[in-house]
Amino acid sequence: MTARLELILGAVFAAVLIAIGLSLGDKAVIDVLMRLSIFSLLALSLNILVGYTGLVSFGHAMFFGFGAYVFGLLMQTNAISIPAAAAVTLLATCVWGAVSGALCIRLTEIYFSFLTLAFQMLLYSVIAGWVSLTGGDQGLMGGIPRPPFLGIDLAQPRQLFVLTVIVSVLSALAIRQIVQSPFGYALRMIRDNAERARFLGVPVQRYKLQAFVLSGIFGSLAGILMSLYVSGAYPNFAFWTLSGDAIIMIVLGGITVFLGPVLGAVLFQFLNDYINRITEHHGMVMGVVLLVIVLGLRKGVLDVLDEWRQSRKPRPEAAP
Amino acid sequence: MTARLTIDGLIRRFGGVVATDNVSMDFAPGSLSAIIGPNGAGKTTFFNLITGKLKPDAGTIKLDGVDIGGRPEADIVRMGIGRAFQVASIFPRFTVEESLTAAVLSHRRQTGSMFQRFPLPAATARAKEIMDLAGLSHAAATPSRFLSHGDQKLLDIALALALEPKVLLLDEPTAGMGPDERWKMIERVQLLWRQVGMTLVFIEHDMDIVFKIAQSIRVLRYGSVLAEGTAEEIRTNQAVIDAYLGTSLEEALA
Repeated sequence: MTARLELILGAVFAAVLIAIGLSLGDKAVIDVLMRLSIFSLLALSLNILVGYTGLVSFGHAMFFGFGAYVFGLLMQTNAISIPAAAAVTLLATCVWGAVSGALCIRLTEIYFSFLTLAFQMLLYSVIAGWVSLTGGDQGLMGGIPRPPFLGIDLAQPRQLFVLTVIVSVLSALAIRQIVQSPFGYALRMIRDNAERARFLGVPVQRYKLQAFVLSGIFGSLAGILMSLYVSGAYPNFAFWTLSGDAIIMIVLGGITVFLGPVLGAVLFQFLNDYINRITEHHGMVMGVVLLVIVLGLRKGVLDVLDEWRQSRKPRPEAAP
Repeated sequence: MTARLTIDGLIRRFGGVVATDNVSMDFAPGSLSAIIGPNGAGKTTFFNLITGKLKPDAGTIKLDGVDIGGRPEADIVRMGIGRAFQVASIFPRFTVEESLTAAVLSHRRQTGSMFQRFPLPAATARAKEIMDLAGLSHAAATPSRFLSHGDQKLLDIALALALEPKVLLLDEPTAGMGPDERWKMIERVQLLWRQVGMTLVFIEHDMDIVFKIAQSIRVLRYGSVLAEGTAEEIRTNQAVIDAYLGTSLEEALA
């Protein structure tokens, strides 16, 4: 698919979402669409690492929490506009991603995963413990000011909704561009066979770090959107269960197809809401559903479809 | 003529075992050489030292007079030493064409780009040339994991060719193949060597193949060089006969 076609599809998709949200005018619909946009972005950003680089991060929510808190704290100073605060937050994310990533990517497989988890719990402890700055368990108190900028007033829920959808779709397009670029294919080489990639001259460690930071930037952006949406930030944004949810989303939807994580985020949210409605034994039912999918399909939904599509392609005859 | 690759006094120990014991040898530009030796003779270790996967304990490795010993793998690759592996080392989820295109991009240092789209047309064109050269064009769109064993080995070699190496090291290109397949493979390797004109060194167990195509042969045993010479010289070398086969090579081949 060409970049131009993707842009058009992205624009159409964003327009349809916005049209649905605004025309129904129902606050509940807008809420659902915003949450879906934010969690889709979180899942897509994680999949840069899991699906394309082969690095399973268990600590991805640290970027979500980092973005939400840094942005929220900056806005609470009342000294900075929303775009400027977002830009500073993303820069800070780069630094945090580079420092934590430089240590994490030295390890592989499960050791990598555990170190990312450790960094996330470190951040979580800081957030929960530094009560005077972060409000501790209570979260950032007093709400996040949303002064208008460039004629946009994010204190208006409808405007915030439009912005959230546009930022999420633009981010998805940017992630798509990254994974379809020569750099994205170098990441796939690392995923498939890092040693061979190294012997072909690919700077494996540097690219892994770049992927880690990029993934963090988009995760942080999702956190910024979240803090605007809830007008606050809470320690559970940086808790390991949210990292787990993000992994479940991409496992549900599929890691080999670009939009797998988006489908996964949607499925996860609906499952979550539905199960919450029918039972108080939420964890048990969700667990059973996940077991059925993991053991039954052994892949995400879109992975299975993709495999089926590929298996229908004719194979070439054996070498002459 | 000065040598392309010069190894001098190379030593590598693993604990108490000396896997490479004071090995010295030269490879002339454009030569086709074989390295033979019983299992555990240190052949693969020797390749690992040249390609930077292992660091030598002592000795020098020079490519066109420049010492490369102990440098990182990626640097050595960039300087012109390519390698294929004993067990085909490929990218399972890439098609053949994608694999080679990605390898060409890496060679051209274009993999850092995030603003272009894979594949770049110039790289694809070069990948197609390499596919033709390696005889893989029939499988261009096949995911590598579905290739036959022989084609996977060929793809591994083709990946190394994408780097336009001055020196190509092949670790048992015919490993795990039946007799007919072996000959096809080795003829293909010989053809590549003629067409590309690089310095080629291969490890091989099949004596028929070695004597038929190698211009010069090095015999390793217990990590050190036992003998060195043309097929005829090795065939009649008493030390080789004693050590390597325990019987005359002619008899062994008969």
